Amino acid sequence: MIIKGKVWKFKDNIDTDIIIPARYLNTSDPKELALHCMEDYDSQFVNKLNQGDMIVAGRNFGCGSSREHAPIALKAAGVSCIIARSFARIFFRNAINIGLSIFECEEIADQCSEGDFLKVDTARGTIENINKNKVYQLNPLPAFIQNIISLGGLREYVKEEVKRRESDV
Amino acid sequence: MGKTIVEKILSAHTDTDNFRIGDIIKARVDFAFANDITAPIALKYFKESGARQVFDKKRIGLIPDHFAPNKDIKSAEQCKLLKEFAQEYGIENYFEIGKMGVEHALLPEKGLVLPGDVVVGADSHTDTSGALGALAIGVGSTDWAAVMALGEVWLKVPHTIKFIYSGKLNKWVSGKDLILYTISRIGVDGANYKVMEFSGEVIKGLSMDNRFTICNMAIEAGAKTGIIEPDEITLEYLKGRAKRPFQIYHSDPDAHYEKIVEIDVSKIEPQVAFPHLPENAKPISKVKEIKIDQSIIGSCTNGRIEDLRIAAEILKGQQVHSKVRLIIIPATQDIYLQAIREGLVDIFITAGGAVSTPTCGPCLGGYMGILAKGEKAISTTNRNFVGRMGHPESEVYLASPALAAASAILGRIASPEEVK
Repeated sequence: MIIKGKVWKFKDNIDTDIIIPARYLNTSDPKELALHCMEDYDSQFVNKLNQGDMIVAGRNFGCGSSREHAPIALKAAGVSCIIARSFARIFFRNAINIGLSIFECEEIADQCSEGDFLKVDTARGTIENINKNKVYQLNPLPAFIQNIISLGGLREYVKEEVKRRESDV
Repeated sequence: MGKTIVEKILSAHTDTDNFRIGDIIKARVDFAFANDITAPIALKYFKESGARQVFDKKRIGLIPDHFAPNKDIKSAEQCKLLKEFAQEYGIENYFEIGKMGVEHALLPEKGLVLPGDVVVGADSHTDTSGALGALAIGVGSTDWAAVMALGEVWLKVPHTIKFIYSGKLNKWVSGKDLILYTISRIGVDGANYKVMEFSGEVIKGLSMDNRFTICNMAIEAGAKTGIIEPDEITLEYLKGRAKRPFQIYHSDPDAHYEKIVEIDVSKIEPQVAFPHLPENAKPISKVKEIKIDQSIIGSCTNGRIEDLRIAAEILKGQQVHSKVRLIIIPATQDIYLQAIREGLVDIFITAGGAVSTPTCGPCLGGYMGILAKGEKAISTTNRNFVGRMGHPESEVYLASPALAAASAILGRIASPEEVK
């Protein structure tokens, strides 16, 4: 898979209350959640974001609550992928499960600028900063997680497993 | 080599032999629960999975607590989904508001989560039940739907960091102060993906209520969970509560830890975590004058009976400052009733505090105590992120019930020592 997009930069410890404030969690409608994505960080973020743009962040992206509404809001707002030095563990699982692409890369957060264009090549495991003409390696995902992604997410895995168990009975 | 308590629990719940740290394994789940925020998405995915029934009707909890009692029409619709699903699939542990509580206080209280269990909750503070010696892990809605359908969860076998607390606790220093201090030492991602095992003579001397508070906030250091080995205090707590047999596990003396952190508690004062991260804890003696508009005592972190008793001890015969809203929220109906029977609610209301039915409400900026622009609150909850309790330009200072009560009286962040 190749993902190309423009970078929006975020600092360390972006928490799920920033990504989608809890006051909007009385719905799980992706379109409605997307309207308020990152609202308390930058009230104009959603308006400035173009479909396919990327987020590049520091450490511990997605810390805090287990709300799956956070990756849902980002995906529905048009974010194509998130590249961070590290992710909080529940956010990491949630993003994989709903099919929002996320990548860990240590150097890029320091070395890219807001507005740079990046090209992620998942087959090669690389990120290229087109503006700065630099290539970085992605941290590879464990085989089990790659399998879930290739099946189309955890929901597809569960459907397969439910079918398999029923046919065993 | 020996094993940690977590490795032993995982061994008992997986068919994978000889797993190592970092391996991904499937673990059988003893209890799974979700709330009115996380369940709606999960229930939809469960129905789409093709599963005809849940893995075990007795081992699933559905608890409307975040925006319940229903705060608005949308929240009412979400809570309704839980109720209808519980009826349709015969879920035994659905808690209507007269029986409810904040999930992480309610489930241990009802004896539904037990030592040696693998517990999976669709809420980050699921780690609270680690205080019973269970492996209790928070996940999102899709993961939780998978657990409901399959009765198992995929997990990466985690590293464990052992924290050993020794020394004599200073006056007014509680479990809350110990965990805030610990997070300030290691940072908000200091235990990311890892287990925090809390141990030592100080932990052995703490009540269950204090232990729940400590494990509750392990997630605030990024941890997969927190855990405390069960002992006599745990067993005493479980008497008359445990709904099924359970297994006690202990860490071996030669178990492998990624790191051991020793903490001398005699140097720890009551702590206040400044906005906007739980790692920003300072000792109360270093806190300059911070006037407050609101004080919240409650939540899955500090809404248990001992928390209310400490608050009442300080508030008895006092008046809440004229510019402060004091809101006290017992975490469960049983705790609420106990507080009434002990005369605590009388003390709170006489002092000028408001007492609410159980809800997560203000902790996550839902309702029942939202902050306006520029307002400041001291709160016994667990997060002080930007906008957590209301307006993005409001501030939350995290502290113990003792400090929250003293601050409500004095109108500024204060120690109970200053209350005359």
